[in-house]
Amino acid sequence: MSGRVGIVIVSHSADVARGAADMVRQMVGPEVKLAHCGGAPGGGLGTDVAAILAAIGAAWSAAGVAILFDLGGAETNSEMAIELLPAERRGRVAICRAPVVEGAVIASVEAAGGATLAEVRAAAEALSA
Amino acid sequence: MTAVTIGNPAGLHARPAVKLTLLAKRFAGHVELALAEDGPWIDAKSVAQVMALRAAHGATLHLRGEDAAVAALAALVRRGFDDAGG
Repeated sequence: MSGRVGIVIVSHSADVARGAADMVRQMVGPEVKLAHCGGAPGGGLGTDVAAILAAIGAAWSAAGVAILFDLGGAETNSEMAIELLPAERRGRVAICRAPVVEGAVIASVEAAGGATLAEVRAAAEALSA
Repeated sequence: MTAVTIGNPAGLHARPAVKLTLLAKRFAGHVELALAEDGPWIDAKSVAQVMALRAAHGATLHLRGEDAAVAALAALVRRGFDDAGG
């Protein structure tokens, strides 16, 4: 198996991103690669394409990476980060439209259970169905 | 069908729910949970459903499905989810 899907948490707030990551880490063990980024480069609220790109790299897995985000701007910047990835990686990153905290927990548990990227995304997005 | 009492303080919440789900996923067969003998029955492999059950401390959890899975999950619950923090 090509390992577990990696999880990236993106928030406008560094605290929210870190807190969500802490909750996920408490739920699943080290077998799920997890990275988070939040806040604007200079501090304050916002998101940063370079930080998202770095987080995707940190959580990279052959099984792909699922991104959880809080609000619109984080999604747009995540899409831009994906476009900056090498071509063979672009298709293996999924942005999940789900509540960032619950979605990150559900996605990471599915990933820990060996789910595929599509299954991880579906489980997270089922939360807001 | 098997019934076990949830002994850990946090009940079937957060980490215990995750442990139960991940254990259930290790079995090929189907295994379901309910708070009452007549259901509603939920899929033990879906962490969202397990957490939504909100099974509290002291609640009786009913399990049904693949025997090996039911036995393993029941044992996990009886052990208090191997979780000091619960």
